[in-house]
Amino acid sequence: MGYKILKKEELIPGQTTMVVIDAPQIAKKAKPGNFVMLRTTDHGERIPLTIADCDKKNGTITIVYLVVGKTTAEMNTLQQGDEFIDVCGPLGKPTHIEKSGTVICVGGGTGIAAMHHIAKGHVAVGNRVIAIVGARSKDLLLFCSELSSFCPELRIATDDGSEGHKGFVTEVLKDILDNEDDISEVVAIGPVPMMEAVCNVTLPYEVKTTVSLNSIMVDGIGMCGACRCTVDGETLFACVDGPEFDGHKVDFSELKARLRQFTEQEEESMELFSKECRCNG
Amino acid sequence: MADVKKTKKVRGRVPMPHQDAAKRARNFEEVALGYSREQAIIEAERCLQCKKPLCQKGCPVEIDIKGFILAICDNDLRGAHDIIRKTNSLPAVCGRVCPQETQCEGMCILGKKYEPVAIGRLERYVADTFAAESACEDVTDLNTCALEREDLKVACIGAGPSSLTVAGYLAGRGIKVDVFEALHEPGGVLIYGIPEFRLPKSVVARELSGLKELGVTFKCNWVGGKTITIQDLLEEGYNAIFIGVGAGLPRFLNIPGENLVGVFSANEYLTRVNLGRAYDFPNYDTPAYYARRVAVLGAGNVAMDSARTALRMGAEEVSIIYRRTEGEMPARHEEVKHAIEEGVKIRCLCGPSAFHGDEQGRLKGLIIQKMALGDPDESGRCRPVCLDGETEQFPCDMAIIAVGTRPNPVLLEATPDLGLNKWGYVKVDPETGETSIPNVFAGGDIVTGAATVISAMGAGRKAAREIAKRLL
Ligand SMILES: Cc1cc2nc3c(=O)[nH]c(=O)nc-3n(C[C@H](O)[C@H](O)[C@H](O)COP(=O)(O)OP(=O)(O)OC[C@H]3O[C@@H](n4cnc5c(N)ncnc54)[C@H](O)[C@@H]3O)c2cc1C
Ligand SMILES: Cc1cc2nc3c(=O)[nH]c(=O)nc-3n(C[C@H](O)[C@H](O)[C@H](O)COP(=O)(O)OP(=O)(O)OC[C@H]3O[C@@H](n4cnc5c(N)ncnc54)[C@H](O)[C@@H]3O)c2cc1C
Ligand code: SF4
Ligand code: SF4
Ligand code: FES
Repeated sequence: MGYKILKKEELIPGQTTMVVIDAPQIAKKAKPGNFVMLRTTDHGERIPLTIADCDKKNGTITIVYLVVGKTTAEMNTLQQGDEFIDVCGPLGKPTHIEKSGTVICVGGGTGIAAMHHIAKGHVAVGNRVIAIVGARSKDLLLFCSELSSFCPELRIATDDGSEGHKGFVTEVLKDILDNEDDISEVVAIGPVPMMEAVCNVTLPYEVKTTVSLNSIMVDGIGMCGACRCTVDGETLFACVDGPEFDGHKVDFSELKARLRQFTEQEEESMELFSKECRCNG
Repeated sequence: MADVKKTKKVRGRVPMPHQDAAKRARNFEEVALGYSREQAIIEAERCLQCKKPLCQKGCPVEIDIKGFILAICDNDLRGAHDIIRKTNSLPAVCGRVCPQETQCEGMCILGKKYEPVAIGRLERYVADTFAAESACEDVTDLNTCALEREDLKVACIGAGPSSLTVAGYLAGRGIKVDVFEALHEPGGVLIYGIPEFRLPKSVVARELSGLKELGVTFKCNWVGGKTITIQDLLEEGYNAIFIGVGAGLPRFLNIPGENLVGVFSANEYLTRVNLGRAYDFPNYDTPAYYARRVAVLGAGNVAMDSARTALRMGAEEVSIIYRRTEGEMPARHEEVKHAIEEGVKIRCLCGPSAFHGDEQGRLKGLIIQKMALGDPDESGRCRPVCLDGETEQFPCDMAIIAVGTRPNPVLLEATPDLGLNKWGYVKVDPETGETSIPNVFAGGDIVTGAATVISAMGAGRKAAREIAKRLL
């Protein structure tokens, strides 16, 4: 009944993990930009995670997650051969991909995984893709070799300068925008502050900028409004109207406040979980 | 039994035993405890056994009410159960949640002068007390299992009461039914919306297990229109499809400050608490927001459930804020009464005009606009009109919006050739329940807009009957 983990790889031990899950019906339909709602145990919370890749032939989807709280920590206790009890998808509107010229794909943190799936989609329709990935340091970079396998123009930025440009992805982005005229679109996926910074950079250049919002979700199919966000003054549901939106129109400060709604309980959950983990060895 | 009539004096109805209000306002156990056998028989004997029973006309599935009541008088539980099952496959649910005052009990002749017979409570008594001896008897109106027909299969999308009725009816006739549900548990609103203290999950589970024993398969985490489309299902050889995806998309008020932290749709709040079992946090992981002073906007069943849930989740003060007056409240009367007993405050003739928050974007209160009742509108209810300049600050740290819902969008968006009416609900042939796509049927809230459990079941039954007629 469950959804079996066929492969598990800790990309950054204890922090970022990739799992390949057996989910043929989801793989069959998945497109870049889609996500799933997943539960680890029958007491667990449904959480949204982006489909970072899918293999239609073998019926698998790939998820890359960052361990930030109870659910993702618990996910990390599962091993190859174990099962998630619920994986539901593919959800959300897929990324709008059409032949448009040159697209810059910016990814930060685990967002690089999701970005990689979208970049692949753009390459597949014949767009020129410039990928920019950023992390605090070299060891925290993800998916670079996968990206460079299909995208020859890969730029890297690390905060500490251990690889590529020393500084933020936004600086690399600005540099490209200054030197290239016909960029048709910028896609940014990563932590909210990064996506907001990218939008601030692209605004004066009037380049269409797409961001993927990671608002809190409950059902993921448009039935609760937990994921609502303000885009161009209008309330939209990230799970069914998005998760990708025109970044220049997103109310980021509202999004940031809404992401902190349950901080207290999230900390309580995590504390309890860490204790239990220690008790059980 | 013929002399039942003669011996009867008109007494008041037998009161329903309840958990004490102060105690139950802080727990999630069921509020109404149910009749004992003695109480049920005394209540059943109040029925006049009318020649032309009006009560039956008031029931959307036309249960032979006087028939099952007579069987209770005879202490013939099986007989009573058989009669109810003929037309209703979820009596334990209906006895609890039907708005009886506007349906069966609203029509009961006794109600003209006295209190009507407590039909819902008697129905619940029968369903709860009768120990199902065979799954077939439990969910269909047939007494034996039909032989399974390997060649016929029907898909239901959504696992709410409308689909469950279709599944029960067809499975009882040997047709294989697969129910595709987007969430991780079947039951629809019965699971994610209506709270435990009003409809225990064990009651829903009992009805579901009856269906499973009949061979109905529940496929959870399948989103119609995403994981699988109607076209896919037809290509996979399903002979007919029933769409019962409900009207779960919450409406908001479109007033300033609505996206502040602390403002929730009733659906989100109830889904967290019910489906996510947030009442048992941190034993379960899904959190619900904690608040001291709660405003609930709206006055239907959903609003009452939200208010009473907020109390049980520890709120100090919960107020229902409603534009009209208590007489116009669309909730079941019993729920309004229970809510007030438990300490929910009711503020009528008030409508919110804005939410305001602190620097962190958290709700601090609302601005309430005072109202008066004006002339009746098309629906016959008096229209609330704003009283100019009369506003009030209402401090609160959580607001729950329960002002109605719209059709669930996902499947409809993915099925462009499905005919919709001007409100965006699925258009069906009123006789058969068939949509604009041949052999694709629909019923329940996705056709009518938010309605009742029993009307969704009635629609399911109608479609199922037509499907059976075509296939068998
Ligand atoms: C469309 C979408 C795609 C996403 N894709 C990925 C991905 O590919 N990889 C990844 O690592 N993360 C992704 N996220 C974020 C991921 O859902 C959260 O990290 C996860 O829910 C955290 O759960 P937790 O219990 O481990 O942490 P918690 O301690 O519960 O929360 C940590 C943080 O996660 C956020 N969060 C908590 N609960 C939810 C929820 N139900 N829904 C959304 N956010 C929540 C909160 O803002 C909180 O600050 C995505 C989010 C969305 C909306
Ligand atoms: C809080 C609350 C209290 C209520 N109280 C009462 C009451 O006391 N009495 C009463 O008679 N009525 C009450 N109602 C109304 C009643 O519950 C509904 O009218 C009834 O449940 C409608 O049944 P349905 O079969 O149409 O759909 P629903 O019960 O809405 O079920 C639809 C199901 O379809 C699923 N779904 C949606 N989209 C998809 C998709 N694309 N693919 C697969 N599955 C999908 C949903 O997850 C859900 O499980 C209440 C409703 C609510 C919300
Ligand atoms: S199903 Fe509902 S309306 Fe019909 S008799 Fe039972 S309680 Fe009354
Ligand atoms: S109308 Fe009332 S009194 Fe008459 S048969 Fe029905 S329940 Fe009995
Ligand atoms: S997560 Fe519930 S509406 Fe988007």
